[in-house]
Amino acid sequence: MNTAFDAVIIGGGILGIATAYELARAGMKKVCVLERHYLASGSTGRCGGGFRQQWSTEANTLLAMDSVKRLEGLEEELGYHTEFFQGGYLILAHTPEEEQQFAKNVEMQRRLGLDVNIVDADEALKIVPFLNKEMIRKATWCPKDGHINPFLLTQGYANAARRLGVQIHLWTNVVGIMKKSDTFFVMTEAGNTYQTPLLFNCAGGFSRSIGAMLNVEIPVDPYRHEILVTEPVERLWNPMVISFSVGLYARQEMSGGVVMGMGDPNEPVGTFVGSSMHFMYEMAQRFTRLFPKLDKLRIVRQWAGLYEMTADAQPILGPVDEVDNFIQASGFSGHGLMLAPAVSQILADMVINKKKSEVVDSLNVKRLYNLKNVNKEKSVV
Amino acid sequence: MKIICRCQDVSEDEIIAAIRQGATTIDEIRRLVRAGMGSCQGRTCRRLVAQIISRELKTPPAEIYPPTFRPPNRPVSFELIMAERERQETEDGDKK
Ligand SMILES: Cc1cc2nc3c(=O)[nH]c(=O)nc-3n(C[C@H](O)[C@H](O)[C@H](O)COP(=O)(O)OP(=O)(O)OC[C@H]3O[C@@H](n4cnc5c(N)ncnc54)[C@H](O)[C@@H]3O)c2cc1C
Ligand code: FES
Repeated sequence: MNTAFDAVIIGGGILGIATAYELARAGMKKVCVLERHYLASGSTGRCGGGFRQQWSTEANTLLAMDSVKRLEGLEEELGYHTEFFQGGYLILAHTPEEEQQFAKNVEMQRRLGLDVNIVDADEALKIVPFLNKEMIRKATWCPKDGHINPFLLTQGYANAARRLGVQIHLWTNVVGIMKKSDTFFVMTEAGNTYQTPLLFNCAGGFSRSIGAMLNVEIPVDPYRHEILVTEPVERLWNPMVISFSVGLYARQEMSGGVVMGMGDPNEPVGTFVGSSMHFMYEMAQRFTRLFPKLDKLRIVRQWAGLYEMTADAQPILGPVDEVDNFIQASGFSGHGLMLAPAVSQILADMVINKKKSEVVDSLNVKRLYNLKNVNKEKSVV
Repeated sequence: MKIICRCQDVSEDEIIAAIRQGATTIDEIRRLVRAGMGSCQGRTCRRLVAQIISRELKTPPAEIYPPTFRPPNRPVSFELIMAERERQETEDGDKK
């Protein structure tokens, strides 16, 4: 098989699928997504499902605010139920240092127009009962943050994209790419070649290897990130709760299970996504410290996925200098689901309508080739 | 209406609808319509789901992508995990 497309997108996670949809919606005729397993089989289908606008860098905050605006009307636009729910995000400050950093964050976020407040421990407990009050100095609260079901969001975009003529080729593993004059030749394990003048790298934790196929350095490192869910219980609280010092986040799914995950600073770089006993112990300890009254909750399932980290924990977006029309959308550093609705739209606007975007320019891969003045995102679990 | 997943109350029709949306694996069906997400974690319904995929897509059962098995084996409370950890730590201490 030898097929020509207007755009080929590598990766059938939320970034690849949303971008395909936006390209088709902006009028592109022949768009094809190549995914080596099934839809959302990478980080997307394994993620926590949270979306928040409370970030420490302006770029992340602006993209997230854009995304939430987009998400607010998306179910209707896609004609698909995604369990989109604005239950808010409550971020806990346990130390004076955190209190200071959060005050700075909130000032910046409010300047950008976000509805976010600092609340005291009593108010925090009203929003999320069962918290261990002694541990909390202050918290930041944004009622318009929330969570969404990642499979349903991806499936909703995919169905709508297919209706617009997008082809999604599953079980299609890209093993090599060549560029001759203006055409990319994308080769698959099955021996097929796709031709296109416009190529997107949306390969999540594997985007470094896609870049390498064209000799472009895409500095994204994959790290395993573990997560679990309890059996369903009656409604406990609505928001996502985050604590950076304890190192956990937790939210209750619409179906009642409590999903929680944590960062592990000792995790080595790698693409292994098996589950560990260590995680279960550590998570149990952290969770019951923060929620002592909820120690009877029972875990039904644990799993893991990849965080796709860059040096400043911000994504890599847009073109690269070495190869024309090779567009990056990766390195989301553990928050790609929530940025995808905005990023996909901005990138489609950029390639089709030649619209400039300051945020995309500021997130060009070049910034990571010289790590002297990185502006690192601090609000990461 | 035939119920396939008893834990999550998922019907055969819902599973067929997921296959019509492009699902070809047991994992995708679990994610899309929650069949297999219940407290038995698919022990009861997994084979039935595989049979439906096989029938709808006309693929032999052996060619259906195997589902991922996720720990724990049965639901376990945080309290119990903490107790187990303490027990192990004491044991390790005794050995030293
Ligand atoms: C445990 C966990 C919790 C998370 N929680 C959140 C959260 O609450 N909120 C949030 O916004 N984000 C969260 N994230 C991060 C989020 O999951 C990712 O940032 C996001 O899913 C990235 O989407 P993607 O499409 O770029 O990557 P992916 O979903 O990984 O998609 C990339 C796809 O590319 C495919 N691929 C790779 N190489 C090839 C190849 N050679 N050929 C063909 N296909 C290929 C892969 O199979 C994969 O499906 C979490 C992540 C994890 C692991
Ligand atoms: S019967 Fe489907 S999960 Fe138990």
